[in-house]
Order: sequence, then C-alpha cells, then structure tokens
Amino acid sequence: MQIKPVLSALQKHRLAALLIVLEIALACAVLCNAGFLIASRLSAMQLVSGVDESSLGFIQLEGFDPKVANDLNARVVAGLGAMPGVQSVHVINSVPFGPQAGAFGVTLDQAGKQFRGVPELYLGDPGTPEALGLKLVAGRMPGAQDYQSVVEGYLPASSNVLITRTFAQRLWPGEDALGKTFWTGKNQFRVIGVVANLSVQQYDEEGERGAQWTVFVPTKSGPPLAGTYLIRADPQALDRVMVEARTVLARIAPDAVFDHQQSDTLPVLRERFFATDRAMAGLLVGVIVALLGVTALGIVGLTSFWVAQRRKQIGIRRAIGATRGDILRYFQTENFLIVSFGIVLGVVAAIAINLLLMKVFEVPRLPLHYLPIGALALWLLGQLAVLGPALRAAAVPPVVATRNV
Amino acid sequence: MFGYYLDLALRSLKRNKALTALMVLTIALGIGTSMTTLTVMHVLSGDPIPGKSAQLFRVRMAVFPDAHYQAGDKAPDNLSRRDAEALLRDARGDRQAAMSGGSMVVVPTQGDPLNVEARYTGADFFPMFDVPLRYGHAWSRSDDAERAHVAVISGELNKQLFGGKDSVGRTLQVGKQSLRIVGVLGDWDMNPRFYDLSNGQFGDSEDVFVPLSTAVDMKLSTSGSMWCWGNASDPLAADAPCIWLQYWVELGTPAKAAYRQYLGNYIALQQQAGRFTHPGQVELQDVMQWLDFKGVVPSDVRLQMWLALGFLGICLLNTVGLLLAKFLRRSSELGVRRALGASRRAIFLQCLVEAGVVGLAGGVLGLALAGLGLLLVRHQPTDYAAFIHMDLRMLLATFALALASSLLAGLLPAWRAMNVAPAAAIKSN
Repeated sequence: MQIKPVLSALQKHRLAALLIVLEIALACAVLCNAGFLIASRLSAMQLVSGVDESSLGFIQLEGFDPKVANDLNARVVAGLGAMPGVQSVHVINSVPFGPQAGAFGVTLDQAGKQFRGVPELYLGDPGTPEALGLKLVAGRMPGAQDYQSVVEGYLPASSNVLITRTFAQRLWPGEDALGKTFWTGKNQFRVIGVVANLSVQQYDEEGERGAQWTVFVPTKSGPPLAGTYLIRADPQALDRVMVEARTVLARIAPDAVFDHQQSDTLPVLRERFFATDRAMAGLLVGVIVALLGVTALGIVGLTSFWVAQRRKQIGIRRAIGATRGDILRYFQTENFLIVSFGIVLGVVAAIAINLLLMKVFEVPRLPLHYLPIGALALWLLGQLAVLGPALRAAAVPPVVATRNV
Repeated sequence: MFGYYLDLALRSLKRNKALTALMVLTIALGIGTSMTTLTVMHVLSGDPIPGKSAQLFRVRMAVFPDAHYQAGDKAPDNLSRRDAEALLRDARGDRQAAMSGGSMVVVPTQGDPLNVEARYTGADFFPMFDVPLRYGHAWSRSDDAERAHVAVISGELNKQLFGGKDSVGRTLQVGKQSLRIVGVLGDWDMNPRFYDLSNGQFGDSEDVFVPLSTAVDMKLSTSGSMWCWGNASDPLAADAPCIWLQYWVELGTPAKAAYRQYLGNYIALQQQAGRFTHPGQVELQDVMQWLDFKGVVPSDVRLQMWLALGFLGICLLNTVGLLLAKFLRRSSELGVRRALGASRRAIFLQCLVEAGVVGLAGGVLGLALAGLGLLLVRHQPTDYAAFIHMDLRMLLATFALALASSLLAGLLPAWRAMNVAPAAAIKSN
C-alpha cells in the first residue's frame, strides 16, 4: 500500500483529519494517565499486612469502667476462648486495617536528637505475635519474661521489641538491628527480633509513615491495654465465631458496649479499608470505556461521511482495476496514519499531564511502558472503528463511476 | 428569522437521525460526567456557614518546649488545655469556645446501651455556630464554670430515647453517671464539620454536647488527635503536655488585627515565663482559609473533575468533527441558499442554531446522565456521599455548559460552511 496518495488525499480534508488527530491525542493522554492511576490503586490494594488475615478477627468494647479492665480482659479471653472453632484470644491494642491505636515519634538516642520517624506501635499480651502469624526473619520471638506490665502512661519503661525488616532498615540502614536500642521520650526499646512484615493500622499513601513502620511491644494485659481483642479461629469458622461473639459478649461482659463499626474479621476490615480505592478504580475504568466508545463512534461517523463523499472516486478506482481489498486497505491505511499522528501528539500530552499531576496531586511518575500500551490500544480501536465504513466503501460497485448522481 | 433557522435545523437533524443521535449522545456523555464531578466539587467546596464564615477564626499556636520545635513546622491544629483555658479566661473575642470530640455510652431506660459521638465544649459554641435548638436552650457560661452535669442532645438521639418529645429536664444516663438534659437540637446539617475535621470531615452532628469542664471532671473519653510529648499519665489534666483542643473565636471584622496582636503578646508572655525560647508561632484562619488549609476537598475528587473535563474536551472535538462533516455534506444546499441571496452571516447563524439545538438536546440527556452519576456517587463508600445533591444553580449550569460547549463546537464548522463558494458547490453535483 502506498502512503503518498493517502497523504495527498488527506490534504483535502485537513481540518477534519486534524480534529481526529487531536481527539486521538487527547484520548491517548487521558488513557495512559487513567490506566496508570488504576494500576496504582490496584497495587496499593495489594498491601501486605504480614498477618494471617483469614484466621483473624478484631473486637472492640467500649464504655466499661477502667477500674474493672483486668477483670473484663480475663472474662472476655476466657469466654471467647471457650467458643468452638476459636484457637486463641489475645488482648491487643489494634490490628492492621483496624482503628489507629498509637503512633510514637522515635529517636536513636535518649536525648531525642536523632529523630527517625513516627512508627505505629502494636501492644499485645503473651502469644500475640504467634497468633498474628508474624514471620520471624532474625532474632527470636518474645518469651514470657519479655511481657511487662505498664506502670505509668501507655508503655513499659523499657521493653524488648520486634520490628519489621523495613523499619529496621529505616533505623539502621545496612546494619544488623538485633540488640540495638531506640527511644520514644523516656521509654527504651531493645530489638530482639525482626519480622518480615506487619503493616500499620491505617496506611495513608500521602502521609509520611511507611506502610511497614511498626514495632511490636510485648505487654501484659491490663490498663491501658484493655477492651480490644484479637481472635484467632479456624478460617472456616471465623465468620460464625464473629457473629456468635456478640451474644457471648452480651452475656459475659454486660457492662461493656460492643463496637459494631470496628469489630469484624480482618478480611472485612481490609475490604472496607480499600473500598474507596476500589470505587475510584471502578470509576476510572468507566471513564476509559466511555472515552474509547466516544472516540470510536467519532471515527465511525467521520469515516462514513468520507466514504459517502468519495463514492464516485471509489467507483472510478474500482472501474480502472482496484480490487475491493485495495479500497479496504486504503481506508485502513488512512486511519492508521491519522491515529499515528494522534498518538505522537498524545504521548507528549500524556507526559505533560503526568508532570502536572505529579505536581498537583503527588501522583508518581508515569512508567514509560504505559505509552506503547496506550498507543497499541488506540491503533486497535481505530482499525476496529474504521472497519465498518471501509467495508461499505469496498462494497461500492464500479458502475457508480458511470452514473451521474 | 430565528424561527426559520430553528425549522431548518430540525429538518436537517431529522434527515440524518443516526448522526444526530451520535452528536447528542456525545455531548450528553461529556456533560453528564462533567456535571457529576462539578456538582461534587461544588458541594464539597461550599461555605458551610455562609454569612458568618468570615467572622469565625480557628486559633493555632506553636508553644512546644524547644526540643519539640523545629523552625518551619506548621503550628499544630490543636491547643493544650493550659493555653486554651488561658485564652478562654481572657475572653478577648466576641465569643470563644475550646472543644474536643469524644464518645460515651448512653444507657436508655429500656433496650441496649448505645455508643454515641459527643462534643465537649463551652456555652458559646451554640450561638457562635448558629446551632438551632428545638427544645430548651444551651447551657450558660456559669454552667461551664460550675462544671454542671448538663447536656444538649441531638434531635436524632431525642427521637431514639424519648420518642421525639420534649425531653428538657430529663436525665441522660452515661455509664454510671448522669446528666440533666437542658436542650434538644433542631435540624443542624453542618457539612463539612469544619469546627473539628479530625473526627470525620462529613457526617451528622454529634449526639451529645457536654460542657468541657464537666467532661474532664467525669473523665469521659475523648476522640480525635491527642498529641503528647513526654509520658503523660493523665493527658486531660490541666497542665498535661498534650495538645487536643480545637479553639474557635468569633470576631467582628475590625477586631481581627487586635486579636492577632493579643495572641502575639500571649506568646511573648509564655516565652518570658520560660516555657520555650524559640520564637513561637500564631495562626488565625477564618472558616474558608481553614478548610482550604486542611484540604477538605479530597484530591480524588479534584482528579475526577479534571478527568471529566478532559473527557468533555474529547466529546467536543468529536462533535466538531461530526458537525463539520454534516455541514459540508450539505454544501450544495447551502450553495443554493447563498445563490438565492442568503448572506454569509445568515448561513453562519443557521448552522449555529443547529449546533445549539444539538447542545440543548445533549444538555437534557446529560442532565439525566448527571442524575445517574450522582446516584452512583451517593452509593460510593465515602463519608461525603450522603450530602451530594444537585441544586438549582448546578441545574442551570448544566444547560449553560451544554449550550456553550455545543455553540463552541459549532463555531468552526459554521465558519467553514459560510465560506462555501456558491457557484462551485452547486456545480459539483
């Protein structure tokens, strides 16, 4: 197929061709950026919590008298632990995707000069790391002697803690974290173990906290650690356990109010946490579909017009020996050229829009491989849209050439 | 003449129904998505308390000890109890209130206990934020001072506990303690909840309002941001090193500079008292500045709006192309009209009327699509979903946008159509 005659024919329809080029360019720019936004939402939803989500549930009680905290903890742990299907019950301050329970600024020195960020702290009673299913990569899990009571404030004065691999790297890049110490105010932490992952409770991409900036502090149950519980159950029984737990709690802890909003299985808490991301991704998919549809319809409309306008020329070409295939390919080539111009412009626009989004919305840089994917999609779309009108053009009989409208 | 053009336009549109439908649909899609996102923007960025938003100011200041102060940090949102109480004592504004969110367990006479959202604040809160009361009245400043066990409850809670009857004077059982109800709120739809954005930016009002002094006395639990330096054994204590109170002041316009001066003096006094040696920092922001500072319109919503406007651009380009094809296809017809004496201007107007008709039809369909879009938005899992609705302004804006964009799309094709050379156009067929 020769390109030159197509180009010179296009010269006759400069304006209309330019409009399609612009439309394709804009579509390409929006498509690449929207596609990238969808992909980043989806990858954010892959956040690794580091715990055995399918076996875990979280329960929060409110409104009890702090004086009975120890008694309440004992009643709840015993009562829920006796339910069929439950493997263990622990007092924990929160869970991944649960309510934010406490973030503390930490420093490498007691004087508070070498600030290293604000991780989230998990507090749990003996056996909690095992029940969560944390994967140890170095050091040891806390033993019975590591679990201490809180005498004043929120934390033990000095504790042996677990930290995540990511946070260990943040505190001591390239070094072995085991045995090292860090501080929050007057409270000291000594690292006895490093775990693969344990995500923060409410991860915020725009915040300064990393997704895995967490510390597990072994604590004995009792004030301030009360009213929030971790249930580990057989995954098949978990949903049933969480429903029945309400009735059990109403019986064993009538002095506390069950928090319906915060208490649920981890899979449900996770789903709720990512609900807006999922909705946004869905909305973007909708926009992309509508956008491709409108662009395709536009191409169909304009090409149909061109075909109708050139019926006579097509008839002449057919009369002097062009095959149906030639006519078909003519319109396909024409479309390919127009879309290609559009894509060239669109790639530039896509990068420009991305730079703008990076500045205004703190969106990350558009990876370059989105551009060829977007281009391919538009080429395909163009060819599909042009097929109908082009086939109609190919069906124009040679006899048209001899007719005088 | 307009009637004639309209008639011509309708005839022409009827002649090629598929193309007309395509153009109307394209415009409708663009308008529908744009108006959906613009309405969300309009609702979210609106003034929650029109008429008063320029007189209400959020007070923020940085009075940390030196170890926790870094030059260039923004002043924190909240105040410590020590500073809030000092400002309240001086009472230099027309009205002022320190406040915190909280939650409590209310025990009804029958049925299960309820966990409700609460606000601990001062007597000025109600007149300051134009809070309507259906029954009774707000508590007084002397109730604040005496730590009176009084409460104002929401209409919703009143309905739940007392069947919507006047419950003034009745008792609200909170755990083992009790409060006397002095007032019941009327309909109070304050969104965004600008006075405290840390407990959900959108939503219904709190259910129970209690004097701050009483709440501290009763050791009710607080919610929202609690930021302490040092290991505070009781963060609610009068001198605890913790910031957790929102502070609002109402000022007449001329008083703003004087109040800023007063805050500057307060900071200087604290320095002299030896609390810190850094320069300190004071911020006084009115409601709209405060909402802007906190970025209440989610960035997702802004992103959606730009995406929708980009989409509208594509739809318009599409319409330009289709109109161009349509008008030029009728070159011979237009040539005849020109030959019979129609001026270029007449042709131009005729084409624009046709574009306008397409735009209006697109606007009607687009309005329906926007209604559908808003229905979808209301079912999204966001805390603002319930408050999104279309008002008359946005309804009119929809048609204005549809008409403006279709006329804009019609300009170029109409220009080309009017420049058709009559002789050539007639001859070519």
